[in-house]
Amino acid sequence: MYSKGFRPLSIATVVALASALALVFFYAPNDADQGFVQKIFYVHVPMAIVALGGWVAGGLMAIKHLRSGDRSWDVRSYVAIHLSIILGVGVLVTGAIWARASWGHWWVWDEPVLVSFLIVFLLYCVYYPLRFSIEDPERQARYSSVFAITAGAFVPLNFIAVRLAESFTHPRVLSQTGGNLPGEMRLTFLVSLAAMTLLFVTLWKLELASKNASAQLKRLRTKLNARLAA
Amino acid sequence: MPALPLDEAGKYVAGAYVVFFTLIVIYVAIIGSKIARIERELEELNEEVGQGPSIDDGPEVRPPDQMAGLEAPRG
Amino acid sequence: MIRAARAILVKDLRLELRTKESVPAMTLFTVTVYVLFHFGLDRDTLEGSLASGVLWVTLLLAAVVGVARLFAAEREQGGIDGLLLAPVDRTALFVAKAAALFLFLCAVEIVALPAFALLLLGPDLLEPLPRLLPILLLANAGLAAVGALVAALATATRAPELIMPLLLLPLLVPVLIGAAEASEPLLRDDPVADRLGRWLGLLTLYDVVFVLLSVAVFDYLLED
Repeated sequence: MYSKGFRPLSIATVVALASALALVFFYAPNDADQGFVQKIFYVHVPMAIVALGGWVAGGLMAIKHLRSGDRSWDVRSYVAIHLSIILGVGVLVTGAIWARASWGHWWVWDEPVLVSFLIVFLLYCVYYPLRFSIEDPERQARYSSVFAITAGAFVPLNFIAVRLAESFTHPRVLSQTGGNLPGEMRLTFLVSLAAMTLLFVTLWKLELASKNASAQLKRLRTKLNARLAA
Repeated sequence: MPALPLDEAGKYVAGAYVVFFTLIVIYVAIIGSKIARIERELEELNEEVGQGPSIDDGPEVRPPDQMAGLEAPRG
Repeated sequence: MIRAARAILVKDLRLELRTKESVPAMTLFTVTVYVLFHFGLDRDTLEGSLASGVLWVTLLLAAVVGVARLFAAEREQGGIDGLLLAPVDRTALFVAKAAALFLFLCAVEIVALPAFALLLLGPDLLEPLPRLLPILLLANAGLAAVGALVAALATATRAPELIMPLLLLPLLVPVLIGAAEASEPLLRDDPVADRLGRWLGLLTLYDVVFVLLSVAVFDYLLED
């Protein structure tokens, strides 16, 4: 039952999103260096963190799938990865907008998080062609799970590698993704992060409920057809 | 690069948030259309189940008494 | 498991010695790409970060060529089903294939490095060579482990030649970063081992993680 507890969850999501927006535009002060443009940070960074978390979670669900053989874990893994890829598009686009507004270029190599994210995103884009070019459903689930685990382990490794590389060529321009934010900004950021996470979980459950209903419908139909034919 | 003036900066910030909301709305719309399809199929199935017994009475749908009568042992 | 792995490895090596498919192709590919870089960059000599970058990107691409053929023998002769019917430990298969790829890469580098020194490298290669060796070995290990894993993943798809490079190259970015950054200060006129430990550490971490992961996960692949 994927839609259990859905209403309180979606209400919480709406409340969190509204609060986050209010905080961003009415409470958080303007950044001294970047001015108003810095507000993009409150949508861009939480999206990135949630997307990365979603990918890693997809890998963990894939482990559960392989160990238990229960294919519902593979479906959960697929939806988590799929949602994170959509968020990933958002991350790259908002990142580009931010780069353009801050430094005048649509892409910069200075931000190791963004660069690392691009590599991970390119990797996960291969998930769809990999998955959908395997016809046997059981095999498809198994191989997708192996991919999800491999890619999930890759996320932190890649981040470390890129961070090490960039720190020597480009000094960290933005320390804001770290922890040294002034109090009001930190609160706003945390609320935005919570809102993004709730949104992710809500949409994840929504898509799972839809997939579940669709699969049950298919089974019902085959059962009905068999009975009618007999 | 010095901070952009508010009117220019506003466009970029608005753009970023618009991207975010557009993605969500598109996603919800796609799920919505999937659910619409599920509803339609459920309606179809309901129709078929409603008509079923009157069209598709198979040999197994028979009151037990008749069977007992047929199976009277031969002497 | 070791015995089974060694048996498969010996078979693969014998096959390669007989048919001479992968290693000469990979080597020729590498040298050709050096020539391409000469024209593409319009440079006679390279040093420092440019040399390191060209060297490692080319080796990475050569590894892709090698991975493409890794399970080819099994696929073509229908042998992979034969292998799987026998109770072969999947881990043994992984170890054998990764070891084979590792050895192929070492063989390619024995020719490719002198070729690079001859064609493109400005500074001397012999002097920093002892410090380049651990970089090469650790990088090869990473390339081999991930290459074998991706090769197995791709065999199930309808278009393995397309999926395999797309999967492999992003996964190899940390290897590229570690190897190129480590090699860069060594390929200068006055070679120094600058922060070498850090990059070797990164490569080692990568190797450990992906070897362990591949061993754990390989059982679920190639199962029919």
